[in-house]
Amino acid sequence: MYTKEMLESMKKVEAARAVNVTLDPRRMTAEEKDVLLKTYHPDYKEGEFTNLSVGPNKGDKVPLELAAILQANPRINPDEVDLSNPDYDVDVLIIGGGGAGASAAIEADNNGAKTMIVTKLRMGDANTMMAEGGIQAADKPGDSPAQHFLDAFGGGHFAAKKELVYKLVTEAPEAIQWLNDLGVEFDKEPDGTMITTHGGGTSRKRMHAAKDYSGAEIMRTLRDEVLNRGIPVVDFTAAIELIKDDKGHAAGAVLMNMETNEILIARAKTVIIATGGAGRMHYQGFPTSNHYGATADGLVLGYRAGAKLLYPDTLQYHPTGAAFPEQIFGALVTEKVRSLGAMLINVNGEAFMNPLETRDVSAASIIRECSDRGNGVHTPEGVGVWLDTPMIEIKGGEGTIEKRIPAMMRMFAKYDIDIRKEPILVYPTLHYQNGGIDISTDGQSCVENLYVAGEAVGGIHGRNRLMGNSLLDIIVFGRNAGKTASAKAKETTVGTLTLDHVKAYVKEMEEAGIHSDIVSPKLLPDYRRVK
Amino acid sequence: MEDMVHVYLMGKMYEVPSNLTIMKAYEYAGYQLIRGCGCRNGFCGACATIYRIKGDPELKACLACQTKVEDNMYVASLPFFPVVKQVYDIEKVKPTQQIMMQLYPEIYSCIGCNACTKACTQGLNVMQYIAYAQRGEFEKCAEESFDCVMCGVCSSRCPAGISHPQVAMLARRLNGKYLAPKSEHLAQRVEEINEGKLEEMIQNLMQKPLEEIKELYNTRVIEK
Repeated sequence: MYTKEMLESMKKVEAARAVNVTLDPRRMTAEEKDVLLKTYHPDYKEGEFTNLSVGPNKGDKVPLELAAILQANPRINPDEVDLSNPDYDVDVLIIGGGGAGASAAIEADNNGAKTMIVTKLRMGDANTMMAEGGIQAADKPGDSPAQHFLDAFGGGHFAAKKELVYKLVTEAPEAIQWLNDLGVEFDKEPDGTMITTHGGGTSRKRMHAAKDYSGAEIMRTLRDEVLNRGIPVVDFTAAIELIKDDKGHAAGAVLMNMETNEILIARAKTVIIATGGAGRMHYQGFPTSNHYGATADGLVLGYRAGAKLLYPDTLQYHPTGAAFPEQIFGALVTEKVRSLGAMLINVNGEAFMNPLETRDVSAASIIRECSDRGNGVHTPEGVGVWLDTPMIEIKGGEGTIEKRIPAMMRMFAKYDIDIRKEPILVYPTLHYQNGGIDISTDGQSCVENLYVAGEAVGGIHGRNRLMGNSLLDIIVFGRNAGKTASAKAKETTVGTLTLDHVKAYVKEMEEAGIHSDIVSPKLLPDYRRVK
Repeated sequence: MEDMVHVYLMGKMYEVPSNLTIMKAYEYAGYQLIRGCGCRNGFCGACATIYRIKGDPELKACLACQTKVEDNMYVASLPFFPVVKQVYDIEKVKPTQQIMMQLYPEIYSCIGCNACTKACTQGLNVMQYIAYAQRGEFEKCAEESFDCVMCGVCSSRCPAGISHPQVAMLARRLNGKYLAPKSEHLAQRVEEINEGKLEEMIQNLMQKPLEEIKELYNTRVIEK
């Protein structure tokens, strides 16, 4: 399977393994990290960003690809949409069927609200399903929410909104308990103690997991619960524009059947955007670990309706995307592989960094190793470094890989690579949208009655998210949005529906001299062959 | 020139590069997928696919995102299969054999043909986990079925009409909620937080000047 060049390098990795496995490379200093990030992290590539000309973040820097869809044409002509006879009329409309949307739906249902989920694919087609490594919570005796706060706030370069981090970490143990009570199977010792490990940037072992199907286990359980409760899920139906009422409050959405293109109208007292991330925008041409529908739709919908974005210029490149074989290029190799002891090794067999630096630092370090230092291994799609998986069996004992990371073992075994015996090649892959729509602690954006939860939110993780804080965030802030949006719905009377904000946005674009030949939200990427 | 193979996507022949997955072959052929495509990484079960190689009568099943094309491969997508999903209240059910009899009695009609196991896109021993479910051994059923992506191919092949993924889902939830050992330290921590015992520590930290927080972060001790 591996090429001749790879095999030659692999021999060096094998020869050095006995020594490498004993090493604990020192962590970089704050200054070293700073220089590394500014030189090699994709967020710092000036030419890849532009300033927005319209909307609530006018003048702010965003990736070129995001600017193109924020400043694009609506999919509908607002004058041609009849809002007078809604097809759906609910209390809480949830856009997105991932972990945040499902958590919100369960809590809104608990609160007695008439709740509906719309999702452009199926319920559970979401990044949540693909989260492998785990979920953080400070629930062990040597740990505390304060310690968790320090790790998350520092890992995000002190840019996060403190009150959101506070909520994240103090409600984390209860989130785990809630999931456990719904039947999520966490890895436990025979006495019930949660098996927890490190993630990049954690100072305590607080990563809870369900093997390396952590997100899948959480998602399928939440989905089952949503279905048990009879909460309506309208699938293969995308929200393509938010609707407001004459008071300027969010009041529903224009929906489109993905297969028939039929337009449907949903009226709602409150709306929750839970549309997830943006990996399929392929910023800077990176491959992605994200699911098929991760196209930043919620940011487009919210932005046109007047919601402000926070840190839309910061993305997370997961340090270890699969670099080989090409069939799985960009697919996630969970950070848990490093948590369990695998180290990053260059073409010469050298352990060039501590494998548990934060994700942005690790990604930048791998990019440096493969570019200026010339210590990468060539692949058909580019270049990569080794992730020395056999170390896991040395450190944890034979059988550790099969027991703790079965999905990884299966993914590579399909291409005849036995990760228990051979190392694998990795390179950073576009993984997470650190920024998103700005919210207050109740989950509401600056648009009244418009709530946001999950990856579409900005500000919880600052400028870099730690492993295990995203599964946590979708549960904590998903539930939070479900509770607050359903409570708000009780005191809300919807006025006359309107799409005037869409017209105003189009006008603002015209006045700014922006002419776009694309429509947004993007909904799905297009991978058809260009002939 | 790339090495090309002939594949029959939903019966129609296309010539595609041999290194593509079935999913990418669809896209190469000109499809923009809506159904039958989800995570593209083998976790979501959206792209269940049945295929047969010309000259071989055996029908095989796979995930389109995880499987390479082969020459003379006939491919049929199975993006949806009408499995039965029974509803129940997780707070009220009990982890006993009766619950399976009540919700999924068809599992007792299993004729032992093993078609489910042969069809599993994850290589799981499906018939075995159904046997565990029949006996009310939910812990074993949960463990055996853990890697299930709920694609539904097993059910499509079952002569007894069993909804294997849903049976396993119920078993896992029963196991996770009722049978797995309780985490005392978790319950204790939630209580401490609710009683406000840890509040002062975090408030003190949050109110420190930024430079002090930075110093604390950069010098924090990392647990071995």
